[in-house]
Amino acid sequence: MKLYIKYDGIVACRVILQEQLERLEVKYQLLDLGEIEISEEVTEETFAELQESLNKYGIFILNNQKSQLIQRIKDAIVEMVYEKDKLPTTTISHYLSEKLNFSYGYIANIFSEYTFTSIENFIIIQKIERAKKLIVEEELTLTEISYKLNYSSVAHLSSQFKKVTGLTPSMFKRIIDKRRLLVNQVE
Amino acid sequence: MITHKDPIQIFLADDDEDDRNFFSEAITELKMENRVTTFKDGKDLMDYLEKPDSRLPHILFLDLNMPCKTGFDCLKEIRANSRFKDISIAIYSTSSSEKDIEETFVGGANIYIKKPNDFSKLKKVIKDVVNINWQFHSSGLNKETFFFSI
Repeated sequence: MKLYIKYDGIVACRVILQEQLERLEVKYQLLDLGEIEISEEVTEETFAELQESLNKYGIFILNNQKSQLIQRIKDAIVEMVYEKDKLPTTTISHYLSEKLNFSYGYIANIFSEYTFTSIENFIIIQKIERAKKLIVEEELTLTEISYKLNYSSVAHLSSQFKKVTGLTPSMFKRIIDKRRLLVNQVE
Repeated sequence: MITHKDPIQIFLADDDEDDRNFFSEAITELKMENRVTTFKDGKDLMDYLEKPDSRLPHILFLDLNMPCKTGFDCLKEIRANSRFKDISIAIYSTSSSEKDIEETFVGGANIYIKKPNDFSKLKKVIKDVVNINWQFHSSGLNKETFFFSI
C-alpha cells in the first residue's frame, strides 16, 4: 500500500517545539519562525535535554549557551591546574564531569568542536603555561616544578614542555633571560 | 567570549609567489574560519601596517629571507611599536640551528617554523601553528612567554 501525504513543515515544527518544551516544563512563548522566548531560567540539564530531543527532529538551537559551557570547562581546567596545590588524583574525566554535571563524552565533544583542540591537549597546554610561569619566577627548581604539576619526573615534564613549545625548559629560560637583558639595556 | 565565529585574521609576507600560493591553499583546509592577506615582501607589509587605520592580524607569518626588508627587520620594527603588541609573529626559515631559533625568539617572535619541503607537511605545520596560536588568543594565555618551534 502506498500513501500520499501532504504536510506543512512550519506547523509540524511548532507542534514539536510545543510538545518538547511542555514535556520539560519550560515556560515559553513561540515568536516568529525560528525564535522562542524562554520566560524563566532553565537549568543546564534541562537545556541539554531539550537540545538533544530537538536535534532528533532536525531542530537545532543556535545560541551562546555552548560558548558559556566551553568557558566553564576552561575555567574548571584552569582551576584544577592552578588552584589546587596538587592536581586531582582521580581521573580528570571524572573530575570534570562531576564538576560540570555532564557526561564526559558530551563535554569532550563540545569542547573539541569549539576550541579546535581536545580537553587532554588543553590541560597539557595549561600545565605547561603554569610551568613557564614557575620557571620565570625562578623560585622553584625543575624537579620541584615537576612534582608540583604532578609529573612523574623532570624528564616527563621536559618532554611535554618540548611537545608544546618545541623548546627545552633550559632553552626557554635562556630566551627569557636574554629578552630581559635586552629590555634592561634599552632602559 | 571569543568563539570560532570570529574569523581569524592571518597575514603572510613572502617574496616567493609560489610559496604564497601554497600557503593560501594550505590555509583553505583549516576548519577555523579565517581571512588571509598576503604581501609580496617586507616593505609591502610594513607600508600597510604603519597606516594608522590598518587592520591588524591575529597572526603574521614572515619569511626570513626577503629583499629590501628581511623578516628579521620587520620583526624588529613590529616589536618596537606597542600598537602591534598583540600580533603573534611566526618566522619562516630554512635554518633549524638552535642559535637561529634562539635569536629569533629573543628578537620577539612567538613561532619559529623550519620551512617544510613538501606540501602535506606544510599543511600540517600551518594547522598546528594556527591552532596553538588560537589557544593563546582565546584562552588568555601569556603572549610574553608564547614560543612555539616546529
